[in-house]
Amino acid sequence: MTTETLFLIPQKAGQAMVRIEFEGETLRVPDGISVAAALLSSSRGALRTSIVKGTPRAPYCMMGVCFECLVEIDGIPARQGCMTLVRDGMIIKRQSGAPSLDGLASGGKNGK
Amino acid sequence: MANDVKDLVVIGSGPAGMAAAVEACALGMTVSVLDEQPAIGGQIYRRVEDAPEALQMILGKDYGAGRVLAEEFRQSGAAHIPGATVWNLTGDGVIDYVDAGGTRTISATNVLIATGAMERPFPIPGWTLPGVMGAGAAQIMLKSAGAQPAGPVVLAGCGPLLYLLAWQYLRAGVKLAGLVDTTRFSTYVTALGKVHGAVTGRKDLVKGLGLISRVRLARVPIYSGASGLEILGEDHAEGIRFRHKGKSREIPAGLVLLHQGIVPNTQLSWSLRAEHRWDAAQLCWTPVTDDAGRLGETQIHVAGDSRRIVGALASAIQGRLSVLAMHERKGGTAQPGRKAELQRQLARYTALRPFLDVLYRPLDEHRIPADHVTVCRCEEVTAGEVRSYVDLGCLGPNQTKSFGRCGMGPCQGRLCGLTVTEVIAAARKVAPGEVGYYRIRPPIKPIHLGSFAQSTS
Repeated sequence: MTTETLFLIPQKAGQAMVRIEFEGETLRVPDGISVAAALLSSSRGALRTSIVKGTPRAPYCMMGVCFECLVEIDGIPARQGCMTLVRDGMIIKRQSGAPSLDGLASGGKNGK
Repeated sequence: MANDVKDLVVIGSGPAGMAAAVEACALGMTVSVLDEQPAIGGQIYRRVEDAPEALQMILGKDYGAGRVLAEEFRQSGAAHIPGATVWNLTGDGVIDYVDAGGTRTISATNVLIATGAMERPFPIPGWTLPGVMGAGAAQIMLKSAGAQPAGPVVLAGCGPLLYLLAWQYLRAGVKLAGLVDTTRFSTYVTALGKVHGAVTGRKDLVKGLGLISRVRLARVPIYSGASGLEILGEDHAEGIRFRHKGKSREIPAGLVLLHQGIVPNTQLSWSLRAEHRWDAAQLCWTPVTDDAGRLGETQIHVAGDSRRIVGALASAIQGRLSVLAMHERKGGTAQPGRKAELQRQLARYTALRPFLDVLYRPLDEHRIPADHVTVCRCEEVTAGEVRSYVDLGCLGPNQTKSFGRCGMGPCQGRLCGLTVTEVIAAARKVAPGEVGYYRIRPPIKPIHLGSFAQSTS
């Protein structure tokens, strides 16, 4: 937790914490907060790249309408980070472009 | 599949939804309240039940008022179904939703849509960069996680929430690098034309002015009457540039919080093919309803900010009034005294609204942006591309989908719909009401197929 993050969550004594993993890095974050809030407070920069032009994106609305916070959580792609609460042992990954299905053609844009 | 028919199912547990449930339970109705979030309160009263005292101090008295309603709701006997994402609603009261256990169905004699509002899209250069968020989004960070900006932060745009968040940040000890206010002083004069309402809503007005003066007293650099906002930076926000008093100015900041008011969340009413009209005062689409929020001849009502922006207190009253109408319709005893009292309260709580709508009208250039600005964030379509579709004969938002996938991403048009409506209307030189909106179809939120596989029904 450095000042490099966009947000910080002041630590309180007795605050219940959980461990989550983001891109291989273990983060200790308060229990009961959303994945998006946790990542905005403990990592910097983009959470994903956009599906058309690959531009960097991060959570924008925090209330489930913009879908900018899509990440892979415990192996399931395109989860809304702002609508998902952190859980001890959760494994989160960035998402590059469009999500792909294992065993099928990976990457690229979804057809019509 | 729908074995359990409730007298009322409410979608959304913000002020309108909670108050409606309380009113309905008091009238003996069986009530279930679905909400996508894990806790009740909506966005305005988010985490109101268990916010630590220090946080409540920061958020202020109006937030605390939500506690009373939340307690009433908990004691009402209404069933609260948290974490329930509604993806389908039919005109005869069948609701499909997904929760942790999979997809489920619930049926109701009456349905209340109380899905509240969302922040108005703010399409300016660079608004897709990491480090740019809604001021409302940042307030959600504060309410739900106690999170504060870690470095230099700028608040930019207009509307009551911008100053409220500035005030809350100051109370939390956050230093603001600047407040860029697009409200022009001359607009105060125009808005005073709505002074009849403003006088009735005097208390609210005094409260608002108090917030602004306290932010000024804290020596936050305020740039009033700013325009031409653009975000600086390549891979993430590095600051904001704007015009102020004829000069171009820049403020460096890693976090820029944008806000230009809130607009109704109309996905559900659109998905019913209900009639909507363009609201020229609030610059958004609103469902056409009767005074009690009823959609046509259906058993479905809309209350609160998802009908038209009225604020938390008025939303709660509208929720109650909708329930009284449902009760009367099915032959319940009329409650003329109760209704009159609620209508008086509603008039009081909405008195200041016309003044606010004029004062905080977002600038045209921040709603109808220049060609190079991205309007559809999901499919990355620019305003210029939308205009080029119009040149090729595109008449409305729905057609932009086939021209360039505009509005076809996961947000389902929520973040571009209003912009696309206004861009096309301006290009065609017709009223926005004439160009229409996207056709919204269920599922109104993307759902994982796995949810169906887990379905118990």
